[in-house]
Amino acid sequence: MEHIIEIDHLHKSFGDVKAVQDLSFRVKEGELFAFLGVNGAGKSTTINILCGQLPKDRGSVCICGTDLDTDPDLIKRNLGVVFQNSVLDKDLSVRDNLQSRAALYGIRGEAFRSRLEELSHLLDFHDLLKRSVGKLSGGQRRRIDIARALLHRPKILILDEPTTGLDPQTRNLLWEVIGELRQKENLTVFLTTHYMEEAADADYVVILNHGIIAAEGTPLMLKNNYTGDFITIYGQSEKQIQKLGAPYSPLRDAYRVSVPNTAAATALILKYPEVFQDYEITKGKMDDVFLTVTGSKLTGGTEK
Amino acid sequence: MTGLGALTRRNIKLYFKDKGMFFTSLITPIILLVLYSTFLANVYEDSFRSVLEAAGAAVSDKVVWGCVGGQLVSSLLAVSCVTVAFCSNLLMVQDKISGARQDLTIAPLKSSTLALSYYLSTLISTLLICFAAVGVCLLYLARVGWFLAAGDVAALLLDVVLLVLFGTALSSCVIFPLSTSGQASAVGTIVSAGYGFICGAYMPISSFSEGLQKVISFLPGSYGTSLLRNHALRGVFEEMRTIGFPAEAVESMKDGVDCNLYFLGNQVEMSNMYVVLTASIVIAVGLYVGMNALSARRKI
Repeated sequence: MEHIIEIDHLHKSFGDVKAVQDLSFRVKEGELFAFLGVNGAGKSTTINILCGQLPKDRGSVCICGTDLDTDPDLIKRNLGVVFQNSVLDKDLSVRDNLQSRAALYGIRGEAFRSRLEELSHLLDFHDLLKRSVGKLSGGQRRRIDIARALLHRPKILILDEPTTGLDPQTRNLLWEVIGELRQKENLTVFLTTHYMEEAADADYVVILNHGIIAAEGTPLMLKNNYTGDFITIYGQSEKQIQKLGAPYSPLRDAYRVSVPNTAAATALILKYPEVFQDYEITKGKMDDVFLTVTGSKLTGGTEK
Repeated sequence: MTGLGALTRRNIKLYFKDKGMFFTSLITPIILLVLYSTFLANVYEDSFRSVLEAAGAAVSDKVVWGCVGGQLVSSLLAVSCVTVAFCSNLLMVQDKISGARQDLTIAPLKSSTLALSYYLSTLISTLLICFAAVGVCLLYLARVGWFLAAGDVAALLLDVVLLVLFGTALSSCVIFPLSTSGQASAVGTIVSAGYGFICGAYMPISSFSEGLQKVISFLPGSYGTSLLRNHALRGVFEEMRTIGFPAEAVESMKDGVDCNLYFLGNQVEMSNMYVVLTASIVIAVGLYVGMNALSARRKI
């Protein structure tokens, strides 16, 4: 796979505040790329630079083989952005909103009608076309935001916390649609999210902390490097668990034992087979990775 | 200029659909109507009658009310052309606050196209409202005392177009740097409350102190008001002369209602008023273009 986004030594400061420091990473074409960090970590600054909304201080940004400094308009044609909050015109109808935005990319007349038909079918909003955006529910509005971002068939879809505040049904619908687009159109998705289960499905993850990359890799690599494994043991007494000599925590009907890695779990099982009658081994979660890497916890929009 | 038409249509639709913004822009004309219907009309009627009686002339109600009506109509149009433009142009700030501007600029949209779309939409919205106001004003004049020739009506329309161009250009320059609702609301309030006074719509400039008159003579808007006055009242003054009013009495009335404006003691001809207004439009548009160019350069 080709690199569709290449960022090298990116710097951006606001006065004395260094928002982004020497940031370098690559995004491969067609992958789901998760960009994580607590509020103020530099995610939005990076996205704004990618979208040409903010000038960078130093470094280079290359998207779809085009340098941001040489042809920002070409880059903008390849980017679709779903903002954290809906930025469509609330007083206008869905159709009027999409029509005015499509015209900015030169999509008019039959081309617009055809794309609108396609998107309204894909995102299931045909019945909403005449309604004012301001009168839609949060989930309905999100679907329109995504339609707006996809109007010009971008190669990269930037999703800035797209599912925050949405009900599980709408979240599932959105991820289904995005999955379908990735499969059919090889769409690259650049995601920032506060939901770690969404990041766990990513192909590659970058965790940003104070404008610097704190960790990066596939979810598996990150889990292996920054969290241990957990063995949940059922039907044993606490005395038996203590015998293992590993840290543990009691659950309602089991004990959860922490081990550094899968090899250590295997060693314990071989050493104390009588304790392991009913058990399961799980990898650490992305929440644990995030906590280890940044010292903060992301929970649905707030850091702790 | 990809998207200019669509953006302009969007801005116009938003202005007319946002009831708050639409009615706010009509506040100043409404204040003026209330002032006239409660006491200003009577004040002007008494004033005109006293001037005419002092000149020893008898006058019909139609002439007096033609005069009062012309005064009202010109004042109403003078404030509407500028205050409606200011309120309509506040969409520029609203787009920044709501994030819509960011949504527009992530598209390959030139900043000049966006700036022009705000200018054009404000111009069109304001013209629509002001032409509707001209229609209502002409109906009112037909009812109280019609002395206008076709040329006067055409000149009134030209004055309205020029003042709207001026109001749009001025508001574009003033509103361009604003980015918060507090700033927008402050500008909206100041313009709505203050413009009627400084352009001579609420009270004739001639009734202000000499110092203030000198200051106001440097403001181009007052020449727009004077042009409207001249065209709305030309027929009435012509009628007065025809029925034998002394020329001094007519000139005195023209001074009193700002048909005659003076710059540093010299009377400003109407042709020069057009020059001042046109030059102001050109300068303000140039300034707006410069502000946009500077802002675009800063973003690179």
